[in-house]
Amino acid sequence: MEVYLDNSATTRCYPEAAGRMCQIMTETYGNPSSLHRKGVEAEQAIREAKKILAGSLKVREKELYFTSGGTESDNLALTGCAFANQRAGKHLITTSVEHPAVLQTMKYLEEQGFRITYLPVDSYGVVRPEDLMEALCPDTILVSVMYVNNEVGSVQPIAEIGELLKKRENPVLFHVDAVQAYGKYVIHPKKLHVDLMSVSSHKIHGPKGMGMLYVGEGVKIRPLLYGGGQQKDLRPGTENVPGIAGFGEAVKKIYTDFEEKRERLYRLKGQFTEGVLKLEGTVVNGRTGKDSAPHIVSVSFEGVRSEVLLHALEERGIYVSSGSACASNHPAVSGTLMAMGIRRDLLDSTLRLSFSEFTTEDEISYCLKALEELLPMLRRFTRH
Amino acid sequence: MFKAFLIKYGEIAIKGKNRYLFEDALVSQIRHALKETEGSFCVTKEQGRIYVEALSDYDYEEAVDALKRVFGIVGICPVVILEDEGFERLAEEAVKYLKTRYGDCSKTFKVHARRAKKTYPLQSMEVNAQLGGRILDSFPGMRVDVHNPEIMLHVEIRERIYLYSDVIPGPGGMPVGTNGKSMLLLSGGIDSPVAGYMVAKRGVKIDAVYFHAPPYTSERAKQKVVDLAAKVALYAGPIYLYVVNFTDIQLYIYEKCPHEELTIIMRRYMMRIAEEIARKTGSLGLITGESIGQVASQTVQSLAATNEVCTMPVFRPLIAFDKEDIVTLSKKIDTFETSIQPFEDCCTIFVAKHPVTKPNIKVIRHSETKLAEKIDAMVKEAVETAELIVVG
Repeated sequence: MEVYLDNSATTRCYPEAAGRMCQIMTETYGNPSSLHRKGVEAEQAIREAKKILAGSLKVREKELYFTSGGTESDNLALTGCAFANQRAGKHLITTSVEHPAVLQTMKYLEEQGFRITYLPVDSYGVVRPEDLMEALCPDTILVSVMYVNNEVGSVQPIAEIGELLKKRENPVLFHVDAVQAYGKYVIHPKKLHVDLMSVSSHKIHGPKGMGMLYVGEGVKIRPLLYGGGQQKDLRPGTENVPGIAGFGEAVKKIYTDFEEKRERLYRLKGQFTEGVLKLEGTVVNGRTGKDSAPHIVSVSFEGVRSEVLLHALEERGIYVSSGSACASNHPAVSGTLMAMGIRRDLLDSTLRLSFSEFTTEDEISYCLKALEELLPMLRRFTRH
Repeated sequence: MFKAFLIKYGEIAIKGKNRYLFEDALVSQIRHALKETEGSFCVTKEQGRIYVEALSDYDYEEAVDALKRVFGIVGICPVVILEDEGFERLAEEAVKYLKTRYGDCSKTFKVHARRAKKTYPLQSMEVNAQLGGRILDSFPGMRVDVHNPEIMLHVEIRERIYLYSDVIPGPGGMPVGTNGKSMLLLSGGIDSPVAGYMVAKRGVKIDAVYFHAPPYTSERAKQKVVDLAAKVALYAGPIYLYVVNFTDIQLYIYEKCPHEELTIIMRRYMMRIAEEIARKTGSLGLITGESIGQVASQTVQSLAATNEVCTMPVFRPLIAFDKEDIVTLSKKIDTFETSIQPFEDCCTIFVAKHPVTKPNIKVIRHSETKLAEKIDAMVKEAVETAELIVVG
């Protein structure tokens, strides 16, 4: 039995999205900038996808820019806005639990002379709006807060922050990294007073190498790349037409019967957390109910090294992540778990499981059973 | 400009009646090394020489790099080949060769002719003198120095004529396959690939064994060992890598034996298993990357305790090397970057805080008696279920 519970790392592509991409690559393969019919057809494919994406966010199509993924979207939003608005100020605010795509970009901006404030989180991994209020300075130009944390699934108070920032006299741009939230929540940036928002395609059953940045009309931003004028010069380069079309298909599909799917994810998550907490020596990090993301669970297993448990599950066909997959290929401990202040001895004993609409109750039961069998065995053999 | 290489080999020229075996092995290793490079080549041996001739366009740098990895080669000489069309023509070509290779230089030189084709009208000494004269006429700045020339122009007169003046150093050693076969214990660290390289350099064909301990070691750790074997295979030729599942044995030792002795006992079983596979597959010795005192399991006492279980000779080419020197070598053979990838190997997963550094063989043997119930069957199973991966 193969049980893929690492959907926060990436997801299986919808066959509809893959099929559409194949059709674009072999038939509608024109360059959307070409003047002839082949080009027009390709442009048409982009428009269709854009319409779907814009509809899902209730924004205008011209406010969307396609990128190579979440990382590029974050880089473009932060670097592009920081440099374009530096006359207004050189202070940016973010949180200590952001994805490296944001944290490393902030580090770069620090080297470029910007001042960055990193907000702490509570023991559930959530930022406090009071802390943000305190951190705001007259020269703050941008605030970047993720929607859903990728390691523990905590949900940040985006609406509240948006409300706070809107009331400010000096306008402050609000960027949201929604890579783990898009497709799990209905997000309307305008309603939330969000100016920029990053999303990624392969987290919602679309192709890899594909992402998007929403840039609200009137936001001052500079490009990272220079080239042939595509996407209003903010992100030049021949558009990744198959990627865009596949992304569009994925968005269409994931937001179909959306409430049902989300309820189902919460049920699965409930089934898993309930089951795993019955096992000896387990701690679930962050919140578990509906005020947490429907698809991510972070669990610490006392006295077991996460890497060993991960491989032991792998032997039974179960694929999970240790801490955060993005940070798992270098042995640093998780930033989010540290920031949440979880027990030191549990840092290296934490797994992240993440579900998708393809996950079934049987798979969860199978995984729980495997854990029940493996934990006592692995605890018998430990490093002294 | 060069369509061929003359291959110089050292030690193997003195191997008496076995010489042809060594030459044949060298020829076959050269052919193997060039197989992956661009172009096609003809490798021939004649009268104490091996020639590599390009039959098509080829990538000079790539071919030289491949030849530089063939053990047994002492020097690689890029040669210009001429048809024998009289001395006049030879002199013209020799001057042209020097011009292309060195420009209008003012270096000292010497002509060294060898006339294997005795029907050639001029004797070697005459060729030296006359060709030297022509060169002096064409390059006003050049001078003859017969003792210590900067340019040594070799002229070999056979059915065709070979001109060369460069000798690119080869790796030396002996052609792989001329000294039997041995089993390398490959761990994924820095030392063992270097050890394999060094023994292969003495002409020994290499097989390898890796101890895999899932779920304690990952697929990536195994892939890393495969990658390392592939790097060594660039020198040693294709490597048969046996991947032994060691988890059960390790856990069994963990349960039954004192924790401080775990590493030593584990290594003794690794040696036993490696030797068993070696015996079954025609290897005559074992190779390890051990170096005295590097870690607790490599003190002289520990080495003695590990060695005790082996009946085959154990080759430890790094035994007296400092770590720094091993690192230098691993960088030279390009295994270092791969070796330092941070994947846990099976030696470290259960390591005790204070492992014994001076194990007493009698005590260790006694501890091993506690394994008597199941260990033989487990070893047998480990040997029988080893997965074979052919690398390179």
